[in-house]
Amino acid sequence: MDLFWSSLGPMVLGAVQGTIPLAVASFAIGLVLALLVAMLRISRNRIANGVGRFYVSVIRGTPLLVQLFVIFYGLPAVGVKLDPWPSAIIAFSLNVGGYAAEVIRAAILSVPQGQWEAGHMIGMSRGQTLLRIILPQAARVSVPPLSNTFISLVKDTSMASLILVTEMFRVAQQVAAFSQEFMLLYLEAALIYWVICLILSTAQTQLEKRLDRYVAH
Amino acid sequence: MSPTDAPVLQVRGLSKSFGSNQVLRGIDLDVPRGKVVALIGPSGSGKTTILRSLNGLETPDAGTVTVGARGATGVGAPGNGGDTGTVPQLPALTLDFGAKASPREVAALRDRSAMVFQHYNLFPHMTVLQNIIEGPVRVQRRPRAEAVAEAEGLLGRVGLLEKKDAHPFELSGGQQQRVGIVRALALKPQLLLFDEPTSALDPELVDDVLLVIKELAEEGWTMVIVTHELAFARQTADEVVFMDGGVVVERGPASQVLRNPREQRTQAFVRRLLHEI
Ligand SMILES: Nc1ncnc2c1ncn2[C@@H]1O[C@H](COP(=O)(O)OP(=O)(O)OP(=O)(O)O)[C@@H](O)[C@H]1O
Ligand SMILES: [Mg+2]
Repeated sequence: MDLFWSSLGPMVLGAVQGTIPLAVASFAIGLVLALLVAMLRISRNRIANGVGRFYVSVIRGTPLLVQLFVIFYGLPAVGVKLDPWPSAIIAFSLNVGGYAAEVIRAAILSVPQGQWEAGHMIGMSRGQTLLRIILPQAARVSVPPLSNTFISLVKDTSMASLILVTEMFRVAQQVAAFSQEFMLLYLEAALIYWVICLILSTAQTQLEKRLDRYVAH
Repeated sequence: MSPTDAPVLQVRGLSKSFGSNQVLRGIDLDVPRGKVVALIGPSGSGKTTILRSLNGLETPDAGTVTVGARGATGVGAPGNGGDTGTVPQLPALTLDFGAKASPREVAALRDRSAMVFQHYNLFPHMTVLQNIIEGPVRVQRRPRAEAVAEAEGLLGRVGLLEKKDAHPFELSGGQQQRVGIVRALALKPQLLLFDEPTSALDPELVDDVLLVIKELAEEGWTMVIVTHELAFARQTADEVVFMDGGVVVERGPASQVLRNPREQRTQAFVRRLLHEI
């Protein structure tokens, strides 16, 4: 049990300095990307639409671990050498971008057509209507699925240990290799991931309540 | 022709097909300034499609639409004379849909009219006040304080001032529709378009909304109203246009078309509606 407590400090530090910033940065960049890809997907331009569809298809059709390896171990072969952190952030952002794009697209499509028409009626352009009328309503619908995306991402960041990013799971691996207490340390890592996800679920519930204000029950 | 005699709206040969379904087959329509035209007809006859075309929500295949100029005297209700605020003047606009109207022209057409929807289509994430000032402030770029003052004045007139900070879901259907009407008025359009404004309402809420529209008619707003409320049409409309199958079957003064229709199809339609009530 001593090992549990003595390793807890470094592992929490790994979470605070590795897992959480990696997840937050990737999610933020991924969301921006997702919004852009969702715009492509709802665009009436066939080429834009095709580009968006292709991107989503590649991201969703290949394993995240493979994407991570292509960027970190593969790209140097073509002269692009990235450090572990940038590699991880790029891979995770691209991944979130693909999944969240579909969530946002579905949320936009779930807003009734009459809202677009009312926006146009008061004189708004398509872009203005999207920004002022449609996206705020789509945001409410997106919160649960996007929360799931974020929670998955937090857990997926453990894969970054395989490209040498010092996040929580890599700390666990290092301590485990040193102490040979594999069961203890991996369960401890699982526990920390679980706690983080519990906190996130609670935050999700709060956020949904706040956004629920203007919706009839 | 003096500017006050010029029709606010002139429609010629408006045609529209959805695939092989020809919905409008050459519609002509004139609405003089300050007059109210009621558009009646069976389901699927193309009434909504006409209104949507006038508001640029639908692009007809052919036909022209002319909307008169908006000058200092032409804004909104003539009765409100000086109440022009900072709304810019607009020249007359003619759109020839046969010659492929550009999105810009369609936007210009849209600026000249405002629509009240059957299902209100209020913005659920905004308060009543935000719903109303969104167009004036965000699109017309008018000073916020002025837009708010006007919105509050209009809300007061329809008896909803105390609801200005409520969200649409907190309102009854009749209240929502009155907000929908105020949202349209706040745009200071030359032309108000109503698409069955009371048909989604519980019967006991209909009269409040119809009363508001009647007052607007008396004030001199120029309006096109699609409605199944024949009594209301008789009292409010200067002209009734009966359409069926994408053509105008009969038109004339409200009392004549509704009481003594000449055409058999009009007679059958009016009789059936009266019996339903
Ligand atoms: N976007 C669309 N795509 C295909 N068909 C359409 C579309 N909009 C309308 N129509 C068709 O056009 C015809 C006329 O529709 P419209 O809504 O103008 O009728 P209406 O007179 O308003 O009827 P109602 O009294 O039921 O509201 C109908 O046959 C309808 O199915
Ligand atoms: Mg209709």
